Amino acid sequence: MSKDERFPPLRYGPAERHMAESLVELERQMLSGEQAEDCDCKEGMFNSVTRRNLLAGGLAVGGSALAGGRAVAEAPPGAHEYYVQPDPTKEQGRTILNDGGYGSRSQFESEVRWRYPTASLDSSWSMTPLASGHGIITPSGLHFERHHAGIPNIDPLQHELILHGMVDEPLRFTMDDLKRLPAVSRIHFIECSGNTLTEWADPTLKTVQGTHGLTSTSEWTGVRLSTLLEMAGVQDNAAWILAEGADAAVMTRSVPIDKAMDDAILAYAQNGEAIRPEQGYPLRLLLPGFEGNTHIKWLRRLEVSDKPFMTREETSKYTDLMPDGSARQFSMEMEAKSVITFPSGAMKLPRPGFYEITGLAWSGQGKITKVEVSADGGNTWHEAALDGPILPKCHTRFRLPWAWTGDEVVLQSRAVDETGYVQPTLADLVAVRGLNSVYHLNAIQNWHIAPNGEVTNVHS
Amino acid sequence: MSIRDLTLACAVAIAAGPLAAQNNEPERTSAALPETLEGTGERAPMTPPRSSANEVGVIDPTANQFGIGQIATEEEIAAIDIDAMPDGRGLPAGSGTYAEGKQVYSETCAACHGSDLRGISALGAPRLIGGRGTLADDNPIKTVESYWPYASTLFDYVHRSMPMDSPGSLTAEEVYAVSAYILGRSGIIDDDPDAALDGDSLPDIEMPNVDGFVPDPRPDVNTTE
Repeated sequence: MSKDERFPPLRYGPAERHMAESLVELERQMLSGEQAEDCDCKEGMFNSVTRRNLLAGGLAVGGSALAGGRAVAEAPPGAHEYYVQPDPTKEQGRTILNDGGYGSRSQFESEVRWRYPTASLDSSWSMTPLASGHGIITPSGLHFERHHAGIPNIDPLQHELILHGMVDEPLRFTMDDLKRLPAVSRIHFIECSGNTLTEWADPTLKTVQGTHGLTSTSEWTGVRLSTLLEMAGVQDNAAWILAEGADAAVMTRSVPIDKAMDDAILAYAQNGEAIRPEQGYPLRLLLPGFEGNTHIKWLRRLEVSDKPFMTREETSKYTDLMPDGSARQFSMEMEAKSVITFPSGAMKLPRPGFYEITGLAWSGQGKITKVEVSADGGNTWHEAALDGPILPKCHTRFRLPWAWTGDEVVLQSRAVDETGYVQPTLADLVAVRGLNSVYHLNAIQNWHIAPNGEVTNVHS
Repeated sequence: MSIRDLTLACAVAIAAGPLAAQNNEPERTSAALPETLEGTGERAPMTPPRSSANEVGVIDPTANQFGIGQIATEEEIAAIDIDAMPDGRGLPAGSGTYAEGKQVYSETCAACHGSDLRGISALGAPRLIGGRGTLADDNPIKTVESYWPYASTLFDYVHRSMPMDSPGSLTAEEVYAVSAYILGRSGIIDDDPDAALDGDSLPDIEMPNVDGFVPDPRPDVNTTE
């Protein structure tokens, strides 16, 4: 049968016909066991298509054939729907590289980021599910997001970084250039300074994902910013450096030159692979310990200057309004903070018994030195074990064995960092800052456990 | 991946195919899989990144000389150097009047920020004027008029990223004009229809809250051990 007979031009446009022919060819190859290398469709596109899926759906042409196909269950995001064996010891498992060569999580795991319901979809944020996290690293696909103008899709071959301003020699780098320079890998948290902003006046969100999910930790790899600045030659009167992104917000923040020369990294990798698009692919400025907004994503330009640029994000936003009407500006470092992630809000402990209390502590000013846990609303404190590694400006995991008797309790954690700073209570913060400062809420979190085991977000 | 996704993926890929073929240089929309090596069939490793520098040059890592990257030309810098600072550095040539700005505003801004410049919260578009004297209240109103410390910030932000549906599309003249309109409606500058703003006059504008910002005093809560 000729192609014209099978998919007559009267009913099929060129694109539909091409797709239909490709599907026929793909199915023929799969049924005959051939490799799909001759298919017009790009190799790797059909990573998860199993013979079962293809047969179940029949020949899907356009959308119309779907109606007659058997319903195929949707795997959770990041997973593929595979056949579940009744007894995996009695038949061979699925074949190697069935996934195309890039793995996926189990279809029985479904943790996802959650979007705070902002009015705009372009300027919005999504939060890390901290309650089910393990250790200190956040999976790249669950790292919190904050975008002011959506996620740009950038070909790294087209992306360049320009460094100019008060330097002896302005420089231009391709992504290849940056990858040729001496690199460092560092594990650091990034926390949005708006993390916990819903909780100033009243307990508002129910889960730790909602109250604390704008912090995440990754291993970041890239070039030290100081390397580039030394290559360009920073002039004597330089004091600030502007970082600018290539998104539709053309996001800009001014950074003190001392920070740029200290531990700032131009990161192109996250957790061992290229940085994720929503985290700034192909290049992100990493300013360890500084508020998340300064870690400019999709970085395209750095301009050295004697003064801050007073961009929108460092004047009208990310400034902290005080009760007297003044506003604090350039509050860069994230002070020590901790939160118990288990047990935490909206969980229900099934019955009294042994539970390991666990959570995360972090400080933008160095290492965590101590985390204490109270199970009586702050009257007595017990030192938790810090589960290594304990790294500066990084999530640190703490754990404490605990027996719940079934009585009503309030659980709290309190972090101390190497500067001696102790995480304050909310009342301490509000007494100084009032209720309108929005950002930088790093107070002790309270989780109330009722006799029926229900865990709720409360203010003590 | 479900059959629905498969259908979508294939439709997208195939729709892109004939289009790309019409161009001499097909637009790159994704990376190809690594090639397989002859003999063993292993996947080829990454291609070592190339320096864009024309020559290797002097290499001295201890002096940060790597022969990597290029000198950025004035043209290359000017093409993306769009920021404007409070003292006027970076402001482009051109000017615009209040009357022109009123026109730009009604065509470009009013749909989100409201014809009264008071914002539309359902769209996430903030209020632009009013609120002066409320910053110490229980419910402060933070607007360009009441809160923003520099007029250059208004120019810079509108120029780089507004309007939301067509960011960076306004000319320098249009941004001067719409700045004149917003600041005129705020009572910060003259609202005469012919009152013009340009790179000389904009840095001279004194915003009501210019002295409202203080450096970070933290730690501000006495909780050290």
